[in-house]
Amino acid sequence: MANVKSIETPLSLEYTHTAGRAPTRFLHGMAQGRILGQRCPECRKVYVPPRGSCPRCGVATDEEVEVTGKGTVTTFCIVRIPSDALSVDPPFTCAHVLLDGADIPFFALIQECPFDQVRMGMRVEAVWVPPAERKPTFESIRYFRPTGEPDVVVRREGGE
Amino acid sequence: MSQRCAVVGIGQTKHDTMRVDVSLNGLVREAVDRAMADADVGWRDIDAIVVGKAPDMFEGTMMPELYLADALAAGGKPVLRVHTAGSVGGSTGIVAASLIKAGVHERVLVVTYEKQSEGNAMWALTVRMPFQQAIVAGAGGYFAPLIRAYIARSGAPADTGIRVALKDRQNGLRNPHSHLAFPDISYEMIADSPMLWDPIRYLETCPSSDGACAVVLASETAARRSPGPAAWIHATAMRSEPTMFAGRDDVNPRAGRDCAAELYRRAGITDPRRDLDCAEVYVPFSWYEPMWMENLGFAPEGQGWRMTQDGVTALDGDFPVNASGGVLSSNPIGASGLIRFAEAALQVRGKAGAYQVDGARKAMGHAYGGGSQFFAMWIVGSEKP
Amino acid sequence: MRQVAVVSFAQSRSVRRETDLNEVEMLMPVVQEAVARSGLQKREIGFTVSGSSDYLAGGPFSFVGALDAVGAWPPIVESHVEMDGAFALYEAWVKLQTGEADSALVYAFGKSSLGDVAEIVTLQLDPYYVAPLWPDAVSLAALQARAFLEASGKTERDLAAVAVRSRRDARKNPMAQLSGERSVEDVLAEPYLVAPLRRHDCPPISDGAAAIVLAADDVARRVCRRPAWIGGIDHRMEPHALGLRDLARSRSTAEAGERAGVGRAAVDLAELHAPFTHQELILRDALRLDDHVPVNPSGGALAANPLMVAGLIRIGEAARRIMDGDAKRAVAHATSGPCLQQNLVCVLEGGR
Repeated sequence: MANVKSIETPLSLEYTHTAGRAPTRFLHGMAQGRILGQRCPECRKVYVPPRGSCPRCGVATDEEVEVTGKGTVTTFCIVRIPSDALSVDPPFTCAHVLLDGADIPFFALIQECPFDQVRMGMRVEAVWVPPAERKPTFESIRYFRPTGEPDVVVRREGGE
Repeated sequence: MSQRCAVVGIGQTKHDTMRVDVSLNGLVREAVDRAMADADVGWRDIDAIVVGKAPDMFEGTMMPELYLADALAAGGKPVLRVHTAGSVGGSTGIVAASLIKAGVHERVLVVTYEKQSEGNAMWALTVRMPFQQAIVAGAGGYFAPLIRAYIARSGAPADTGIRVALKDRQNGLRNPHSHLAFPDISYEMIADSPMLWDPIRYLETCPSSDGACAVVLASETAARRSPGPAAWIHATAMRSEPTMFAGRDDVNPRAGRDCAAELYRRAGITDPRRDLDCAEVYVPFSWYEPMWMENLGFAPEGQGWRMTQDGVTALDGDFPVNASGGVLSSNPIGASGLIRFAEAALQVRGKAGAYQVDGARKAMGHAYGGGSQFFAMWIVGSEKP
Repeated sequence: MRQVAVVSFAQSRSVRRETDLNEVEMLMPVVQEAVARSGLQKREIGFTVSGSSDYLAGGPFSFVGALDAVGAWPPIVESHVEMDGAFALYEAWVKLQTGEADSALVYAFGKSSLGDVAEIVTLQLDPYYVAPLWPDAVSLAALQARAFLEASGKTERDLAAVAVRSRRDARKNPMAQLSGERSVEDVLAEPYLVAPLRRHDCPPISDGAAAIVLAADDVARRVCRRPAWIGGIDHRMEPHALGLRDLARSRSTAEAGERAGVGRAAVDLAELHAPFTHQELILRDALRLDDHVPVNPSGGALAANPLMVAGLIRIGEAARRIMDGDAKRAVAHATSGPCLQQNLVCVLEGGR
């Protein structure tokens, strides 16, 4: 007689998510080829992508700020392990990019740069999908590539 | 106002990739039965239960304390379920200790676990949420850039991570509960293992484990009934900070530093390296050992790697870190924090067997979670505080 | 034991579907209002703890983002339970009893509109034997309602009366989602949803958030003219397997109520977390509340039922009436799990 040791019970739940006000503004900006952030009324820092709130001050943010697609790599890693959750196949460079005018870095895919040449302080710029193909998603920016400008010194964050 | 609280019983499962030999209840009971036997208590002696575990999605069971109620004889008892991401095992221990310190209960059972094999943990960890980017896969993808920043800041030798992994994996061989055991582990084996998220290699990474850890906490009066030596809680502390904000130092987070500072203050410790005998620190990627040595004040900033390189943190070193093999050896996420807390307690109770640190009388347990933003720590001692 | 009181309460207006704001944007004004009303500065608050659910949010670690609503800088002492905010409040009460903090911010949030909430909570059930059969929350409640009606001799009319009264009272509550005046005959004429329950016997599906600030001893007296003192608070679990319980009674509520001291003095009102009409009657019995004690003047969970928040709102609504001077002693109750498996009772008192 066989013992039942396990059963598989597939389960599936559907959710309809809401982006929220601030992310909606940002995503519409993506569709227009614009990178939009928000400035905190208290600490005056610019958040890209914006979240409708400043996590440090705990207040709502409203003032919209547009930034260009140029920035600096503050740190990075080379991803070599695949995952269903990724929109890109490895190996690829995942970097923190601090856009000019923003005060927090955001995650960005770096391409057009050999892995052994990616470095902290490297200047990069956004490469967009063609205007007709832009949608309200992060993927309207295909990736960031080196601009060729001289590296900048990455300022260490003090957390104060 | 605050009552004394002691660890009087500890139980862990054999951690493994998939514990298909037990159900959720069975996994939890393996640890709970051992903890209660260690404490020499029965179900009637338990006044309250605090359950801790990471996201419900790992097992596909929502609010599992409801389901576990039968296996834990929870009928008629107060039950809480804590969820603070990776630090949860630690914060669960702290919430339970609060119940005794507050004088609300005499004996509390703490239960933490993860049975990731029942769900799809990789999916659960990196669900593709809409409106968010999808280029950070898993914890490694998140922490690797921070590790790179640490290496740049500190000038640490490139093989520091390898040396930590070697030490923790060698220690793990002495721990019968360890998930991973590489009997012929070597520096070369680790160095040659595949790079997952450069600079993190496969053998520098924690596993994903099924496992549970349970602890019985007691008041001073109730502790007298348990036969074994008690580990007295000298201090507990928790801190959180936001995931991302302008100016955040996510490599050496202030929340961790503030948490440790409060912990030492409450424990009456002014020189943690000297006053503590050893530490169980949450290191899921080997480079986090030097990083946390600095964050916890065991080494000056930028110098944590020296402790590793100089053998200070080795089992026979001056300040053993993760004598149990650490998170690199076993990582049932919901339990890992409590395992750190429990292993520290095992040391000061003199019950760590083959990985006992000689003469350990005061030890620290540390847990962290989220984007290096949630911290839970405790100090336990063989003497009453 | 230290004297701990509710010194402020705020909530969002519960709605069927909040499509404009995400959870953080929904929560932030509520937290800010609770802190502003508390009389305490944000940086004075010694402990922060929240209640929410990943399965409700449709993603793991969903409570982490909510921290943005609080402004956790400099770093704060903070915790979270994957339970209704009422249990987070209990954790905060315990923290204050240890003396490690003198005040606490408790908050809860949840959007039940994102998924099929009745299906989602099915995952609370035994994953090997019961959940795979997918008995949804309404069906389970109906099972309990049947057991209750047969054991108690109460009727569907009695259930309808609870629904009608709740939604009538909710007209005075600007935060309620469902309110209105209907006759018992009217609602009884409707078809069953899952017999013996009709639509009106069931809660609405709600998105919402709430926050409470607790303070101890002199801190409470300094900041609040009329603090709502927690005279007693306790919670108890029951067995999970439905067959192991008497579904027609709530033993755990009775025990928690006794330990919290409900019966020690007269009760002016009760806010009971009863998402289904029959559950209100079960809870009333368990707490031995006389017929003249008003239940759910806010309209209760039948008027607004944001999961993970509704229990905390009961405590807030009861506390508010004490803080407003409209009541001297109130009972608040919160529940978790299928068919009232786990219950928390909190006694609130004015004038100490």
